[in-house]
Amino acid sequence: MVTTARPVSPAALDRVPGTLDLSVRAFRCWLVMYRRTWRSSIWSSVFGPLFYLGAMGYGLGSLVDAHGTASLGGVPYVVFVGPAVLAVQAMNTGLSNSMFPVFGAVHWNRVYVAARASMLRPADIYRGHLLFMTMRIAMNAACFLVFLAAFGLIRSWWAVLLLPASVLLGLAFAAPVAAWAVTMETHTPMNYLIRFGSIPLMLFSGTFFPLSRLPGWLRPIAYATPLWHGVALCRSLCLGTVTAGSAAIHVGYLAALTAIGLWAGARTYRRRLYV
Amino acid sequence: MSNGMSGRPEAEETSAGPVEPRVRSISDAFDFSAFPGGRGLRLIERHARFYRRMWLVVASGAAEPLFYLLSVGVGIGGLIGTVTGPTGHPVPYREFVAPGLLAVSALNGALNDSTFNVYGRLKFEKLYDAVLATPLTAGDVALSEIGWAVLRGILYAVPFLIVMAAMGLIVSPWALLALPGAALVSFATAAAGVALTTYMKSWQDFEYVVLVSVPLFLFSGTFFPLSVYPHLIGVIVEWTPLYQGVVILRDLVLGAPTWALLWRAAYLAAVGALGLAVAGRRIARLLLV
Repeated sequence: MVTTARPVSPAALDRVPGTLDLSVRAFRCWLVMYRRTWRSSIWSSVFGPLFYLGAMGYGLGSLVDAHGTASLGGVPYVVFVGPAVLAVQAMNTGLSNSMFPVFGAVHWNRVYVAARASMLRPADIYRGHLLFMTMRIAMNAACFLVFLAAFGLIRSWWAVLLLPASVLLGLAFAAPVAAWAVTMETHTPMNYLIRFGSIPLMLFSGTFFPLSRLPGWLRPIAYATPLWHGVALCRSLCLGTVTAGSAAIHVGYLAALTAIGLWAGARTYRRRLYV
Repeated sequence: MSNGMSGRPEAEETSAGPVEPRVRSISDAFDFSAFPGGRGLRLIERHARFYRRMWLVVASGAAEPLFYLLSVGVGIGGLIGTVTGPTGHPVPYREFVAPGLLAVSALNGALNDSTFNVYGRLKFEKLYDAVLATPLTAGDVALSEIGWAVLRGILYAVPFLIVMAAMGLIVSPWALLALPGAALVSFATAAAGVALTTYMKSWQDFEYVVLVSVPLFLFSGTFFPLSVYPHLIGVIVEWTPLYQGVVILRDLVLGAPTWALLWRAAYLAAVGALGLAVAGRRIARLLLV
C-alpha cells in the first residue's frame, strides 16, 4: 500500500458508468437549463389549468348543475371536471416538453449534438430527457392537486394515487412523441399534432362531458384514445369509484404506450444521433 | 408608386423617377397609393405571397374553434339545455355559445399574426428595415400588419359562419352583419396586439399574450352569461373588448340587435384606432425613422 494518496483510483477511471448514472447526467443538463428559465413556465403550468377549472368547472358548472347532473353520476359538474383537467394538464405537459424541446435539441440549440460529443449514448440522452419531462409532469400535477384539494374537489383517499397516475399518463404521451419528434426535419408536423391531436383529444375524450353524449360511431374511437383512459383513471381515483379490473386496463394501456415509446425512442435517437 | 414609367422598365438610371419593377403584381394593376394607406397593400401582398406555400398551416387554424363548437356547443350543451338569451327568452345552449366562439375565432386569427409574427419580422427577419427603405412609412407598416391580421381573422370567421349556418345555429338575417362584426373584433385585437408587441423585449414576454388571451377566451361571456359572476367581476368583464365583440355577434346572430350595439362597436373601433396610432409611432421610434 504505497500509492494511497491518489485522488481518483485508476479502477474508477476504467469503469464505464452504468446506464442509470449516464441517464442522470443527461437529466442534470436539462435541470441546469430549467433553473434559468423556470419563471416563464409558471403561467402556463400553474394558472392555465386553474383558468380552465374556473371557467369550465365553476362557470359552465353553474349552468349544468341547474339543469341536473344525473348523467354525471349525480356529482356537481366541477367535481366531474376537476380530475379531467388534471389529466389534460398531464397530457399537455408531456406533449409540450417532448415536441419543440426535442426538435430544438436537434435543430436549434443543439443540446443533443453537444451531448453526443460526451460519453453519453443516444439512449442515455433520450432517457435523461425523459426523466426531466417526468419531473415537469409531476411538478405541474402536484401543483394542480393542491388546488383540487383546497377547493374540496377530492372525494376519496384513493386520490393519493392521482400523482403517479397523471405522471404515467403524461409519460404515455411524452415517450412516444419524443421518439417521433427527434426524427423530424421541420417543425410543421408538430403544429398539426397540436391542432388535430391534442385539442380534439382534450375536447372529446370524456373530459368535459360523458362519452355517452357522443354519437355512437365516435364512441369506440374515444374509448381507444389514451387520454380517455387517463381521464377515466383519474376520475375514478378522485371520486373513489375505482375498481381493480378497470384500473388494471387503464394502467396497462398507458404503461404499454410508455414501453412502446421507450423501445422506439432508443432506436430513433440512435439513428438520429450516431453519425 | 408612380405609374408614369410603366411600359419603359429599362429607362435610364439617371432619370429622376423610380423604375417600375418588371414583376407584375396585383397592386400594379391599380394605383393603390391614390388613397390613404394604400401603399401598405404592397406589404399585405408580400405576406400573401409568403404564406402561399404554407396555406395548410394557416387554414388548419380555422379548425380549433370548430372543435370547440362541437364539444362545448353540442356535447356540454346537452348537459345544459337552455340558457337565457339576449331577448330574455330561453335559447338552446349551442345557439348561445356559437356566436361567442365566432368572436374567439376572429380574435385567434388576428392574434397570432399581430404578436408572434410581427415580433419575428421586427427583431429577427428585419423585414421592416427593408420595407422602410421603400416609399412605405412606419404608419403604412402598422396599417398593413393590422390589415393582414384582420384578413386572417376573416379567413377564420367565414368557415365558422358557414358551419354555423349548416348546423342551423343562425336564426336571423341580421347574421349577415356578423362578418363585419367579426372583422371589427379582429381589428381591435390586431391593433392592440401590434401596439403591445412593440413593447416586447424577448420571446419570454409572450407568456403575457397567453396570460391575457386565455382568460379573455374563457371568461368574456363566451361560454356563459354575465349573470354567473358576482356583480363586481361582471362589471370588469364588461369592459373587455372580447366581451363587447361577443355581445355584438350574439345579438346579431340571435336576431335581437339594439341601438346599443353601435356604442359597443364604437368602443371596439376606438380600441383599434388607438392601437393603430400607438403602433405606427412605436415602429417609427424602434426603427429610428
